[in-house]
Amino acid sequence: MPLLKVDDLRTYFHTREGVVRAVDGVSFQVEPGETLGIVGESGSGKSVTNLTLMGLVPMPPGRVESGTARFNGVDLLRCSRAEHRAIRGKRISMIFQDPMTALNPYMRVGRQIVEPLLIHERCSGKEARERAVRALETVGIQDAPRRLLDYPHQFSGGMRQRVMIAMALITRPQLLIADEPTTALDVTVQAQILELIKQIQSEMGMAVILVTHDLGVIAEVCDRVLVMYAGRIVEAATTRKLFQRPGHPYTRALMASLPAARKKGEALYSIKGMPPDLTQPINGCPFAPRCEVAVPRCQSAAIALREFREGHETACIREQEGELP
Amino acid sequence: MTKFILRRLLSFIPVFFIIVTMLFFLIRIAPGGPFQGGERAVPPEVLEKLRETYNLNAPLYRQYVDYLVDLAQGDLGPSMYQPSRTVTEWVQLRFPVSLELGFYALLVAMTLGFLAGITAALRPNTITDYVPMSFAMVGICIPNFVLGPVLVLIFALKLGWLPVAGWADPLDKVLPSLTLGTAYAAYVARLARGGMFEVLAQDFIRTARAKGLSETRVILRHALRGGVQPVIAFLGPAAAGLLTGSFVVEQIFQVPGLGKQFVDAAFNRDYTMLMGAVLVYAVLILCFNLVVDVIQAWLDPRVRYG
Ligand SMILES: Nc1ncnc2c1ncn2[C@@H]1O[C@H](COP(=O)(O)OP(=O)(O)OP(=O)(O)O)[C@@H](O)[C@H]1O
Ligand SMILES: [Mg+2]
Repeated sequence: MPLLKVDDLRTYFHTREGVVRAVDGVSFQVEPGETLGIVGESGSGKSVTNLTLMGLVPMPPGRVESGTARFNGVDLLRCSRAEHRAIRGKRISMIFQDPMTALNPYMRVGRQIVEPLLIHERCSGKEARERAVRALETVGIQDAPRRLLDYPHQFSGGMRQRVMIAMALITRPQLLIADEPTTALDVTVQAQILELIKQIQSEMGMAVILVTHDLGVIAEVCDRVLVMYAGRIVEAATTRKLFQRPGHPYTRALMASLPAARKKGEALYSIKGMPPDLTQPINGCPFAPRCEVAVPRCQSAAIALREFREGHETACIREQEGELP
Repeated sequence: MTKFILRRLLSFIPVFFIIVTMLFFLIRIAPGGPFQGGERAVPPEVLEKLRETYNLNAPLYRQYVDYLVDLAQGDLGPSMYQPSRTVTEWVQLRFPVSLELGFYALLVAMTLGFLAGITAALRPNTITDYVPMSFAMVGICIPNFVLGPVLVLIFALKLGWLPVAGWADPLDKVLPSLTLGTAYAAYVARLARGGMFEVLAQDFIRTARAKGLSETRVILRHALRGGVQPVIAFLGPAAAGLLTGSFVVEQIFQVPGLGKQFVDAAFNRDYTMLMGAVLVYAVLILCFNLVVDVIQAWLDPRVRYG
């Protein structure tokens, strides 16, 4: 049984400029212990999808228009606020993109780290402190007992992300949502943090949703991948299959724009055009206007994710019909 | 921290000296002088005698030096208009009243202001935001000399719940404190709302929520400390304003405080009294600013360790 099963999730923002369909009919599932990657350009709805699951979308202007998200049998979209609070920070933890701002600058990191224990497990202060020391040691912070007394500004960016990870994992959650955990860090630190997440995951056996727009990161750590575009999932596959043969022109374009895909001296490939305006209704395939292999049919056909080969789903109708090489 | 406080205290000495000097000469530059107002003209020989007594015939620099010497010994001189007491005695008598009034007013300002501001910030652009903030706007717009009499009209004359004026029993103190505190409550409300609003939009609040904390805990433990910063920064000027600005309220309600004393002294060209009152205010403002700096440093570790 999947740990998390999301069906037809729609989260819209009702703004003055119109209704932004940030997440528009997303379905996926996460198995216990697996690492699911989500990639996509900026604005494709990766963060909003996860924030919706966490109940952290600001409402208003946000609103969950439809869908279910079953986690251990509880529908996260319909459970009471209290039920949701009992799950987040305990069974599902989340870490964010910018570790510089994600920690409370007015509070010692020790107190921030033990907070989930105090509220979810009603730990004694002493036990919480011991576990905080161990958590800091696990994420590779030296001199942990003393560092608990420090404030966030006394840590570097990479160290703060480690603190965030320690805090997220202290309750041994079943699912960790990491929303671009390394984007704000410099390259060498990025690798360390990813390595750390991978290592802790294999020790604790938790599932991870890893959001990124870096396909290189996906290749390195994920078991399965969702490719998002304009608030929808346009491709879902195991990492191996995705890299073996991408099943959507958008994914192919993303791969072509990887720096590693470029031959020496050649200009970096970038996808022409802009992502669609999410306040306007989209007919047919949302990527069609930018797609190099689009045919007139793409603009009008009904689009849905379908398995076109074992373990590989795509929303591209031409791919589904085997028209693409 | 101790070093920081000591350094600030030392810096008070030159500041204080400059204030004394400027005041001394400014007051004397102003047209008119003591013993000239009043209903009856003072006979020239008496005036001469008085000026002699108060050392007003000496050259200006001499007067200044004499004043400094006296001041260094804590002697503010005799009052020129109310010679029954020395200025120091007058200050000792009147200042506690102003301090008390200021304290109650500050309490009113903080309580009302925080409640209104935080309530507003929790649900921006809803009724619980608009209503308190409209009141705050009104509070800022209405000057004390209007609000005071209006409150008297309603609560003293119409309803008869509270006395019109005076400063003897506890009930006397309600209307002056409310009048003085309301304007500042309005400022505090706006600052608290702004501060909380800004903090609640920060990433670390989302982190706190992601940990599964209750909304109350998010606000009390995580948001409040940052959210009150603008209010704390405003506390120094506010406290100073409450004390120095209280003369209007003291006039309206006939409160025998230093503010009233100060206004009377200014009208009567009571040089020594005027100097005394302003110096007390100056010291007070300096101290408040120091206290505020200390509180801010204590609240924000980045300042404390920076
Ligand atoms: N509070 C909000 N109000 C209005 N629109 C919003 C809000 N939050 C997000 N959106 C919109 O939702 C869409 C999806 O945003 P989201 O943050 O999920 O993108 P993303 O895929 O995470 O992008 P990035 O890679 O930049 O993080 C965007 O068009 C964004 O403008
Ligand atoms: Mg994002």
